[in-house]
Amino acid sequence: MRALAAIYARLVGARIRSQLEYRLSVALQLVGVGLLTATDFVAIAVIFANVPALGDWSLGEVALLYALATISFALTDLVIGHLDLFPQMIREGTFDQILVRPLPSLLQVVASDFAVRRVGKALQGIAVLVFALATVEVDWTLGRVLAIPVAIAAGALIYGAVWVALATIAFWIVDAIELVNAFTYGGSFLSQYPIGIFARWLRGIVVFVVPLAFVAYFPALYVLDKEDTLGLPEALRFASPVVAVLASIAAAAVWRNAVRHYRSAGG
Amino acid sequence: MIELRDVEKRFVVRAKTGRLRRDRREVKAVDGISFSIERGAMVGYVGPNGAGKSTTVKMLTGILVPSSGQVRVAGLDPPRQRIELARRIGVVFGQRSQLWWDLPLADSFELLRHIYRVPAQRHRANLDRFAETLGLAAFMATPVRQLSLGQRMRGELTAALLHDPEIVFLDEPTIGLDVVAKAAVREFLAEVNRERGVTLLLTTHDLADIERLCSRLLIVDHGHLIWDGGLDELKRRYGQERTMVVDLEEAAPPLEVPGARVVKVDGPRQWLAFRRDETSAAELTAAVAARTRLLDLAIEETEIEEIVRRIYAAGAAPLAT
Repeated sequence: MRALAAIYARLVGARIRSQLEYRLSVALQLVGVGLLTATDFVAIAVIFANVPALGDWSLGEVALLYALATISFALTDLVIGHLDLFPQMIREGTFDQILVRPLPSLLQVVASDFAVRRVGKALQGIAVLVFALATVEVDWTLGRVLAIPVAIAAGALIYGAVWVALATIAFWIVDAIELVNAFTYGGSFLSQYPIGIFARWLRGIVVFVVPLAFVAYFPALYVLDKEDTLGLPEALRFASPVVAVLASIAAAAVWRNAVRHYRSAGG
Repeated sequence: MIELRDVEKRFVVRAKTGRLRRDRREVKAVDGISFSIERGAMVGYVGPNGAGKSTTVKMLTGILVPSSGQVRVAGLDPPRQRIELARRIGVVFGQRSQLWWDLPLADSFELLRHIYRVPAQRHRANLDRFAETLGLAAFMATPVRQLSLGQRMRGELTAALLHDPEIVFLDEPTIGLDVVAKAAVREFLAEVNRERGVTLLLTTHDLADIERLCSRLLIVDHGHLIWDGGLDELKRRYGQERTMVVDLEEAAPPLEVPGARVVKVDGPRQWLAFRRDETSAAELTAAVAARTRLLDLAIEETEIEEIVRRIYAAGAAPLAT
């Protein structure tokens, strides 16, 4: 495990070094991405300019949800956002090279890029988190303080698991990227809002099927000590790390199985 | 070292046949191939485009999972023990790079050292040796994307050998290279085989690669093995006839020269087929020159596609496996 982490750091380091040959470009993109994602939160602020609460959630509370979801998403995007390009890797057959190296294939795909410019998204999320924590009233305990970084890490893993599982569609259907994007970016959007405001069927999906409710909703309930309008068991508020680990194991299994269906390119 | 028994690889191909209808068809890229290769051998694996060469190599290296049959490489089951296998083999794909595009060549080698966990001392010794033989020093610090194809190929060969693999698979290692670079690659491979006892399996279009390197030749076509034997034997049986292309001063009726026959005429250019056991290129040139004014000439060596055609024409069935 440590050896794998070391080689990951080395491979990603090489990628970052080659990106930093174009420092100015990276800096501009970083600022651009930050500004662009800021408009996301503006949309939520606009809603609150018209209604005092969203399904029993105040602006500060939704900001906390939004911040947890956004930072998790940004971390995932930073580390594996280039899964976008995975179908291209399949189509062009460059996945071949990955399979002839003595490292797990998923590790190599993940390590094949690291887009520094995406740090911008995380910075914007952190700004909203600061705003949220300054606005809402929280009865701080050690558990609630720890809950925030734990929720962010678990959330990033949950997003990552969903993305990896979805990316394997490319082993069968190379041109499915738009479908996949609908789920990944759509998923990020869903977890920024209190799930009580969604239709019943959608709530079921984000709690039990694609566990997006564990990214921000349940951890936020715990931190804010809020009542769950859905009336689900209280234990779910602490379940995010467990769900994250289970989702990761499931995604890895899906990946392993999918690689056996790789068809390569050409004769 | 390498063993295949009744190996098949089937692909499902879907073709649009109408507005909504799709035809689902199964294609056998490799259709029941068996052979074995012992340690230290240098074997050529040749065939026309789409014959199933690359598919076979991809099954041997763990990239593709065979649809049926058995594959053992270095005693391992390639897809199942892929990572263990990857440590013990080297792979060079002529048309794809194993190197990091944006980084200097030296950085790629350094990354590979960590990926394969080669002890620093061993890595140094190997790298020094290969750098000297292949003359890498001049472009070690150059980003890979700026290398010429010949330079890059020398880098690829080094990358494939740094971890002391037991077997090296080369898929079209000389494709697109000029004559000098081709010769350098061939010489290097022969040396690696001789000095390190590395088993080499190379797929190629170029029979000259085989001529220089391989004592044994496997020919595959339509997923079947149609030849397993020496190149000399193959040439004796099917490669006797060569073609001389002559450019005459002006268009003329087909030349009549003993030992050769005209197979094609295009204006002042004529194609003469001749057998190496009946006449030599020199004799033929003299005979043509004696009859008419000759501006230019070229000898076309028999190409693999032509040899495959002749094997079929001679009524050979796929080798029993």
